[in-house]
Amino acid sequence: MVRSMFRFLFRRIALIVPTFIGVTFMAFLLIHLVPGDPIEARVGERGIAPERLAELRHEFGYDLPMWQQFFKYEVQIVKGDLGMSVVTQQSVWHEFITLFPATVELSIAAILFAMLIGLPMGVIAAVRRGSAFDYGLMGMSVTGASMPIFWWGLMMILIFSVTLGITPVSGRISDAFFVEPWSGFMLIDCYWSEDEGACSSAWSHMILPMIVLGTIPLAIIARMTRSSMLEVLNEDYVRTARAKGLSTPRVVIVHALRNALIPVVTVIGLSVSGLLGGAILTETIFSWPGVGHWLVESIARRDYPVLQGGSLLIAVLVIMVNLGVDLLYGFLNPRIRR
Amino acid sequence: MSDIAAKTPPMPGALALFWRSFAENRGAVVGLAIMGILIAVSILADVISLHSPIEQFRESFLIPPIWQEGGEWSFPLGTDDVGRDMLSRLIYGARLSLIIGFSVASLALLTGTTLGLTAAFAGGIVDIVIMRLMDVLLVFPSLLLAIVIVAILGPGLFNAMLAVVVVTLPGYTRLARASALAELARDYVTATRSAGAGTLRLMFDVVLPNCAAPLIVQVSLGFAVAILDAAALGFLGLGAQPPTPEWGTMLSGALQFYQRAWWVLALPGFAILFTVLAFNLVGDGLRDALDPKLKR
Repeated sequence: MVRSMFRFLFRRIALIVPTFIGVTFMAFLLIHLVPGDPIEARVGERGIAPERLAELRHEFGYDLPMWQQFFKYEVQIVKGDLGMSVVTQQSVWHEFITLFPATVELSIAAILFAMLIGLPMGVIAAVRRGSAFDYGLMGMSVTGASMPIFWWGLMMILIFSVTLGITPVSGRISDAFFVEPWSGFMLIDCYWSEDEGACSSAWSHMILPMIVLGTIPLAIIARMTRSSMLEVLNEDYVRTARAKGLSTPRVVIVHALRNALIPVVTVIGLSVSGLLGGAILTETIFSWPGVGHWLVESIARRDYPVLQGGSLLIAVLVIMVNLGVDLLYGFLNPRIRR
Repeated sequence: MSDIAAKTPPMPGALALFWRSFAENRGAVVGLAIMGILIAVSILADVISLHSPIEQFRESFLIPPIWQEGGEWSFPLGTDDVGRDMLSRLIYGARLSLIIGFSVASLALLTGTTLGLTAAFAGGIVDIVIMRLMDVLLVFPSLLLAIVIVAILGPGLFNAMLAVVVVTLPGYTRLARASALAELARDYVTATRSAGAGTLRLMFDVVLPNCAAPLIVQVSLGFAVAILDAAALGFLGLGAQPPTPEWGTMLSGALQFYQRAWWVLALPGFAILFTVLAFNLVGDGLRDALDPKLKR
């Protein structure tokens, strides 16, 4: 048992190495394929003497053969050096880690929102299969999954911020409040703020982006929970539980839902990539100061080291999360360990 | 989908069976109806639109739709900030979106199927290289990867479409490889091979038709993804450039008018939503009809 677990772990980790090299290669290509010389881009409009350009090219290693440059880049990354932003002259890693908590907070809020609504809805739809509720939920689910969330965000702003005036349009908290960044999560840090009302301001800023980013996961979770529940409700052990005379809520929640959750949890784990993609749009609409907004801005500023380092970090994050989900799933379900 | 099949009926019984199974899913029929309307609108765009989608009427900025006060009959859905007719822009946008969906989905299908079949037939190192490459593409959030590709190629509709092809490629490749591997183990493939059929013939003539069902479903869903992603890129300013009447691009400049002109903001999004919804509904219906195992 322990040995098979270790073998499974080892094999999964060994599979990551080529993916990681491939991802760094893509990031490496990005800088070399964008139009323009990286040194000239850094110097900007001022121009540069040809001799000085050659000197700098040599200094940064741009005159080496490609494979040597790639090797150098690889060594650099392993050491944790992701380069500097051309615009702010700060290290990409530093900028990323400053902005990342905002993205994580938004993503966690979105996925919790999606689970909190999607799970019970899916369960009810499965229990009342074929009812009006079931059809309604399935219709809403396919609509939610088709949602252009950049437009959905605009609509939410139009309705709740502009027409009704109940939520703010952008940012994480009103400028009137000062919050010491302790955990980086505004909804936690606001409790230590001296200012009255900091938390309600933080919540009112969170609510729309959370709903917008959570809409597609909500649609997927509701649908997945429903079909997974339908399958489980036909199993023998559920029939046994019913035959024992247990109440319907007890059968559904204790016996069925627990088993139905396994595929749902996997889907949630694997949706991290989609969530980060959605965060790019959501953060852009709500001027949310996270990494998605930062990446979009980097294109407008032609800050390619930021785009390169930021995408690389996000890809590595997705690799890690996928590995975690795989391992967890292998742990829960011994059959797939082979 | 149904009228394509209607031209070349393999055998009437199978088609009727397929239609009965498809029509059981009411959502899919609704989706098919919306698709039909969209196709008709895009073909007839030149006839039914009142104005050119890029013509600017200098006297008529931000005119509201007719049912609102100040609306004019010559602009049924109002005008945008530079006096262009919203309805005409939406109509031409439908044509553009269908072209985007069709080109992206067919190019991705063609490339992905070829790669997937090659991986399945060649095996060994070729298989490993192709599939690892797909893994790398899958690790990036699809929108982020599309953004990176457009950053390399430069913004524009064509480059955005290429980016979406690359982003959606792994789905087709994996699917084609998996179904081809399942078919390769069957006796009929062995029989054809021992009868002397070449590899290419085996790949495209013998195995591919038997992998078609999941690929057809994937294409329908791929249409939806292509339209959605291309619109998202347009919204970010990386896809089609103004004044092209692309729905996502129309939204990118609209945010500043949200206090005065809701229609500039709301209408293009509804168009995207309904189009994507139609293809998703049809995709679900096709899955139910073509692959009973996957039902629900």
